[in-house]
Amino acid sequence: MVSNVDLSLIDWSRAQFALTAIYHWIFVPLTLGLAFIVAIMESVYVRTGNQEWKQITKFWMTLFGINFAIGVATGIILEFQFGTNWSNYSWFVGDIFGAPLAIEGIMAFFLESTFIAVMFFGWNKVSKKFHLAASWLTAIGANLSALWILVANAWMQYPIGMQFNPDTARNEMVNFWSVLLSPVAIHKFFHTVSSGYVTASVFVIGISAWFLLKKRHTQLAKRSMMVAAIFGLAASLFLAFTGDGSAYQVSQKQPMKLAAMEGLYQGKKGAGLVAFGILAPGKKQGDNKDAFLVKVEFPKLLSFLGYRNPDAFVPGVDDLMKGGFNPGFDHVNPIEKERAFSIEEKISLGKNAVASLATYREAKAANDTAKISTSLGALRQNFPWFGYAYLNSPDSAIPNVLLTFYSFHLMVYLGFYFILLFTVILYLVHNDKLESKRWLLRIAIWTIPFVYLASEAGWVVAEVGRQPWVIQDLMPVMAAASKIDAVSVIITFWLFATLFTVLLTAELMIMIRQIKIGPKDGGTR
Amino acid sequence: MFETMSIETLQAYWWIIISILGSLLVFLMFVQGGQTLIYTIGKTEPERKMLVNALGRKWEFTFTTLVTFGGAFFASFPLFYSTSFGGAYWVWMAILFPFIIQAVAYEFRSKPNNLLGHKTYEWFLIINGLLGTVLIGAAVATFFTGSAFSVNKSSLTNLLDPAISRWQNRAHGLEALLNWRNVALGLAVFFLARVLGILYFMNTIDNQQILARSKKQLLINTIPFLIFFLAFVIAILTMPGYAVHPQDGFIFGEPLKYFHNLTQMPPVLLMFAAGVVFVLLGVALPILSFDKNGSSGIWYAGPGTILTVFALFCLAGFNNTAYYPSYYDMQSSLTIHNSSSSHYTLTAMSYVSLLVPFVIAYIWYAWKAINSRKIDAAEMEEGGHTY
Repeated sequence: MVSNVDLSLIDWSRAQFALTAIYHWIFVPLTLGLAFIVAIMESVYVRTGNQEWKQITKFWMTLFGINFAIGVATGIILEFQFGTNWSNYSWFVGDIFGAPLAIEGIMAFFLESTFIAVMFFGWNKVSKKFHLAASWLTAIGANLSALWILVANAWMQYPIGMQFNPDTARNEMVNFWSVLLSPVAIHKFFHTVSSGYVTASVFVIGISAWFLLKKRHTQLAKRSMMVAAIFGLAASLFLAFTGDGSAYQVSQKQPMKLAAMEGLYQGKKGAGLVAFGILAPGKKQGDNKDAFLVKVEFPKLLSFLGYRNPDAFVPGVDDLMKGGFNPGFDHVNPIEKERAFSIEEKISLGKNAVASLATYREAKAANDTAKISTSLGALRQNFPWFGYAYLNSPDSAIPNVLLTFYSFHLMVYLGFYFILLFTVILYLVHNDKLESKRWLLRIAIWTIPFVYLASEAGWVVAEVGRQPWVIQDLMPVMAAASKIDAVSVIITFWLFATLFTVLLTAELMIMIRQIKIGPKDGGTR
Repeated sequence: MFETMSIETLQAYWWIIISILGSLLVFLMFVQGGQTLIYTIGKTEPERKMLVNALGRKWEFTFTTLVTFGGAFFASFPLFYSTSFGGAYWVWMAILFPFIIQAVAYEFRSKPNNLLGHKTYEWFLIINGLLGTVLIGAAVATFFTGSAFSVNKSSLTNLLDPAISRWQNRAHGLEALLNWRNVALGLAVFFLARVLGILYFMNTIDNQQILARSKKQLLINTIPFLIFFLAFVIAILTMPGYAVHPQDGFIFGEPLKYFHNLTQMPPVLLMFAAGVVFVLLGVALPILSFDKNGSSGIWYAGPGTILTVFALFCLAGFNNTAYYPSYYDMQSSLTIHNSSSSHYTLTAMSYVSLLVPFVIAYIWYAWKAINSRKIDAAEMEEGGHTY
């Protein structure tokens, strides 16, 4: 039906954005968390005057600096890719989406980039307290920038506080506070930054464990572990709490994503949460085959977590496709409260909305007031499904279940493992029994790649799970892309892939060398 | 406060903010200009280390201003963001790539085991300095010379092909480099950035060899800057531009549009003239009285650059002018009125803009605290943080 849309362009544009986001997210969580860990360490130094704490602070600050630079490099590309690759999106929602990006620059980036310079160059030039303040302000700046970009991302998942203007053919903000304080934004922000704190804590513990195994800088290692274990345990518990909140929001606002996260095709009342499961290969929506080869469930837990009611009905992929059920969620579209629409119905409603927009614009040009009024009414009535008009087929409303399901479960398993690890490490380091547990030290080192895996998996759930929507229900990826040749995007994709991979390799080599050098040189980066 | 302002006032206010950010960005590209001179002015490794460290303490500032410039443009004039970035794809990509390699170059350059070797990272800085300045200059020149694009908001209702903005040249922005006026501004920005970089070195580094070579390079780079800058200014002041009818937004060609803008907006003319004088003063003072004014040139040329670029942005966007002309479809040209965000968003963003003086104040305070003395060879050996 919409075969003219260049799907290879869409796929390559998505691939390029995903590539950049994945690389960016390798560096950002460590920046978010390590900034606070360094600030805590420096606070201990300023409070006690103990030079060893200064040395500890400077060592971790060195690693922070190496990581920070490459995070900045990948970040700029993400911002500009909204324009270069998703230009239709940039106009359609730029009135809302651009604001958080600008605020991020004005409020957060300057704070971060000014005070990071004081952190690194100010040791012998400013007072201890000023330096400490700079370290805290750098951490706050980094986390503030996360706030604004996550507000923007949350708005894409749950568009709120705006109204579509048919004259400008775009959505316009009508309530800034609804955008900023949306429940999805709040949960997303806290869940994401706390995942960064967990990443940094595992990083510090893993590297400290390596020092203990090598019997080098043991005092530094133990003190660092103490700080990271306390910080990490608090952050990981909070992460579980905000994870629950985020999943609840997904249940309410993005039921298709929840169904994909759980591999749930046929919904039911009192749905269980999959504790362990292997998806059946070749399973397709509506084929009545079992979705799982093996599955172990916590009974009724999905209903409880998603709806705070153990007997609530949780719709599966099939239900969401066919509609007709009585949804219990606080859905984006209140009209569906009594009976959820099928995807085909939504496509039809979306087409009504788009056709009404076309009629409205023609009527406006012809100054036909009666037609303006009727078409505007029809547009407003059907606008909640506007984006469905662009779907190639009903099936394209289903995200990649396999990727979403496994990413979600991997993230959750690892999240609970980190809580356990922090608890054990804290107990042992507090009682000075850690050095003899060499197996645990090795596990701590090998946990580092897994914390990155968990963190990336979280974004895969968030972003793959919401496909095909750039803006939930209002704009799918196929209507959002820039009108450029697929070949151009293919070329830049490979240029980015090559460049990012080379820079990541360089970063890892530098980081490993700096760790091997250790803090003996007094903390030069 | 902002709620009661008209949409036209808010659009003008945001064009001023964009112009300030754009002019600050051009000034701060002294970092890029300086990067292209590290082998010309630094003949030994310790000299290059001082140069790189002098620039390295400011690079993030330029970078952040670029990012904020992009974000602010997106928030205030989203149709420009979608039309230009999505259309002139290759130019923007060619600008972005050098900024990626710059961001890591400082940090990785002097680190052991850095995979590519310190010379590669220095070349990253040179590439960034060259392409970043020339291409940004050329891109800004298209605000006057125009591009080939069309905008049709009704395309959104075409399910087969819903793109609103379309670039009508397969070179996707690179065609701008075929217009000598764009290249002239690109090269003017490049040489201006080098002049500013030199003045920054003279202000920041305490080293006789570097000072002597900087002084020599100052004149060498000022002459081509003046030639290219004058060529561009004469070209735009003598060429026709796209005017906008204030009532219905209809766009039409007007001979000598930018010359008219200059004469019809005396404050802009004044700023432009003052800016040029200050830049020339910033260059002349260190050349004519080196002992007395060797390090003060940047304090004239910097504000001079900001004033001049600010005036250029005013010429492009004010006085009923299309700031992003389309020579493919005149009525698709972007004006500050047809490409802006809504009244509500501009109002909300205007409140955020009140933070800017506060941001400038803390930047000033923080830098004053750590820039208390000039960079010298001894500091590079002290064991503190260096690049």
